[in-house]
Amino acid sequence: MPRPDARPAARSSRSRRSPLAALSIWVERHVQTLVASLGKLVRQPFGSALTIGVIGLGLSLPACLHLVVVNASAITAGIEDTVQLSVYLDRPLSAEQADKVRRSIDARDDVLSAELVTPEQGLKEFEEMSGFGEALRALGDNPLPYAVTIRPAPLFDSPAAVETLANELRTLPEVDLVQVDTEWVQRLHAILDALAQVVWLAAALLGLGVLAIVGNTIRLDINGRREEIEVIKLVGGSNAFVRRPFLYSGTWYGLGGGLLAWALVTAAVGFLAAPVERVAALYGSGIRLQGLDGNAILLLVAGGALLGWLGSWVTSGYHLQRIEPKA
Amino acid sequence: MIAFQRVFKRYPNGREALAEVSFDLGAGEMAFLTGHSGAGKSTVLKLIALLERPTRGQVIVNGRNTASVGSRAIPRFRREIGVVFQDHKLLADRPVYENVALPLIIAGVPRREMDKRVRASLDQVGLLGKENSFPLELSAGEQQRVGIARAIVSKPPVVIADEPTGNLDPDLALEVMNLFKRLNSVGVTVMVATHDVHLIDRFGVRRLHIEHGTLLGIPPDAAA
Repeated sequence: MPRPDARPAARSSRSRRSPLAALSIWVERHVQTLVASLGKLVRQPFGSALTIGVIGLGLSLPACLHLVVVNASAITAGIEDTVQLSVYLDRPLSAEQADKVRRSIDARDDVLSAELVTPEQGLKEFEEMSGFGEALRALGDNPLPYAVTIRPAPLFDSPAAVETLANELRTLPEVDLVQVDTEWVQRLHAILDALAQVVWLAAALLGLGVLAIVGNTIRLDINGRREEIEVIKLVGGSNAFVRRPFLYSGTWYGLGGGLLAWALVTAAVGFLAAPVERVAALYGSGIRLQGLDGNAILLLVAGGALLGWLGSWVTSGYHLQRIEPKA
Repeated sequence: MIAFQRVFKRYPNGREALAEVSFDLGAGEMAFLTGHSGAGKSTVLKLIALLERPTRGQVIVNGRNTASVGSRAIPRFRREIGVVFQDHKLLADRPVYENVALPLIIAGVPRREMDKRVRASLDQVGLLGKENSFPLELSAGEQQRVGIARAIVSKPPVVIADEPTGNLDPDLALEVMNLFKRLNSVGVTVMVATHDVHLIDRFGVRRLHIEHGTLLGIPPDAAA
C-alpha cells in the first residue's frame, strides 16, 4: 500500500536521529520524569510523609540493633585485654622452684607476662579483699600456695587460645590448678554473634516490609491514575514509559525513608551519648557511644532507595500489565 | 491504508459485533463510518487501533497486518495512528501543551522540535495561545479540538475518530468535521465514525454504513 507523500510519517524522524541525540533525549526524558515524580510527592505532602515515615521507622530498627552490636563489641574489645589466668602450684614448693616454673611459663610465645604471687602476698591480698584476715591468722600456718598470674599475649587472647593455654599449663607437673575466667566472655561473644544474626534477620524482614509498603503505595497511586495510564497507552505509550514515573516515585519513597532512618538513628545516638558516657565514667572507662559509620549510612540510604525501587518495580509490573485502554 | 478482509468479531461475552466486514480505504482517502449506536462502528475503530483483535479475518493498517503486531509492538503501532475520542480523553491535571505534546514525549522528540510541532498542531485546530490553559477551562468544542491536535501532532498517516461531534452543538460539530476534511486534503487517511447523517451529507465523502455488524455498502445518498 502506498504511503501518503504529502505527510511524512513520524517514524522517519526517529531513524534520522544520531545516537548522541537519542541519548540526550533519553536523559532529558528521565530528568523530566525524575523532577515530575518529585513534584508529585511534594504535592501530596501528607501521604508522602506517611509512607516515608513508615519506611524510615522500619529501616531505623535494624540500624539501631546494628549499633547495639557495634557498641557492645567495642566494649568487649576493651575487656579482652584483661583476660587473666591464675595458675596455682603444688603446695610444698621452694621459692626457687616456683620461680623456675614462672620463668618457663613466661618464655612461652602465647604469654605476655607471668608474675609470681608468693603465699605471703596472696594472704595479704586476700586479707585486704575479703576481710577474713583474723580468721586466716587463726589457722597459724599460711594455707596458700605459690601462684602465677598470667596475661596472654595479644594474639592469643581469644577464648579458644586461652583455653588451649590453660589446658597445656594443666599438664605441667608442678601445677595444681589453672583458673580461667573466660566463660562469661565466651557467653558475651555468643550473645553478640546471635545479635548480629538478629540484625540481619530484622533487616531482611523489615526490608520485606518496606517492599510491601512501597508496593501498596504505588498500587494506590496506579489505581488513582488509571485513566491517565489508559490515555498514555492509547496514544502509544509503552509499559516501560508508563512505568517510569512509578519507579521514580518508589525510589524517592525508599530514599526518603533511608534518610529519615539515618536521621532517627543519629538523633537516638545523640540522645543516649551523655547518659552512656556517664555510665562509662562510673566504670572508669572512656568508652563513647558510636554512631553509624560511612558504610552503614551508605547501606541504609542506598538500601532504602533500592528497596523502594524494587517495591514499585514489582507492583507496577504487576498492575500496569492489567490496565489496558478500552476506548 | 486501512483494509478489512472478512473480519468477524465476537467479544468474550459472546456478543457478535462484526459479521464478515470487508472494505478498503486507500491512502489519502476519507470515509464516514455510520450506523446506529451498537451497530459495530466502535468495534471497527478498536480493531484499527489494536484495542481489540479480530476473531477471524484480517485487519491491515498502514500496510501492516495487525495479526503480525505482537503485544510488545502495539505502542509503536499506535503511534502511527491518530485517535480522536468522543470524550476526548484529555488529562485534566495537565495543561493543553502537555496534552498535545504527549505523543511526542512518548516518541522521544527533542524539546525544540516538540515546541514547533505542538504549536503547529494547535494552530491547525485554531487553539494557538491556549497552551497553558487546562482542559476544564475550555469549552466542549475546544476540548475536542485539543484532542484532535493531540491526534495529529505526530503527523500520523492515519487518523480515526469515534463520534468526535457527539457532544457538540451543530455549529461546533460542523467546525470539527471541517477540520477532518482539511486534514484529509493534505493527504491524511481519515475515518470518522458518526451517527449524525445530516451533518455529513454536506461533505462529499465516502460513507461506510454498518448495521447489525454488517457493512451495507455506500448508501445511495452519498457521493464519491
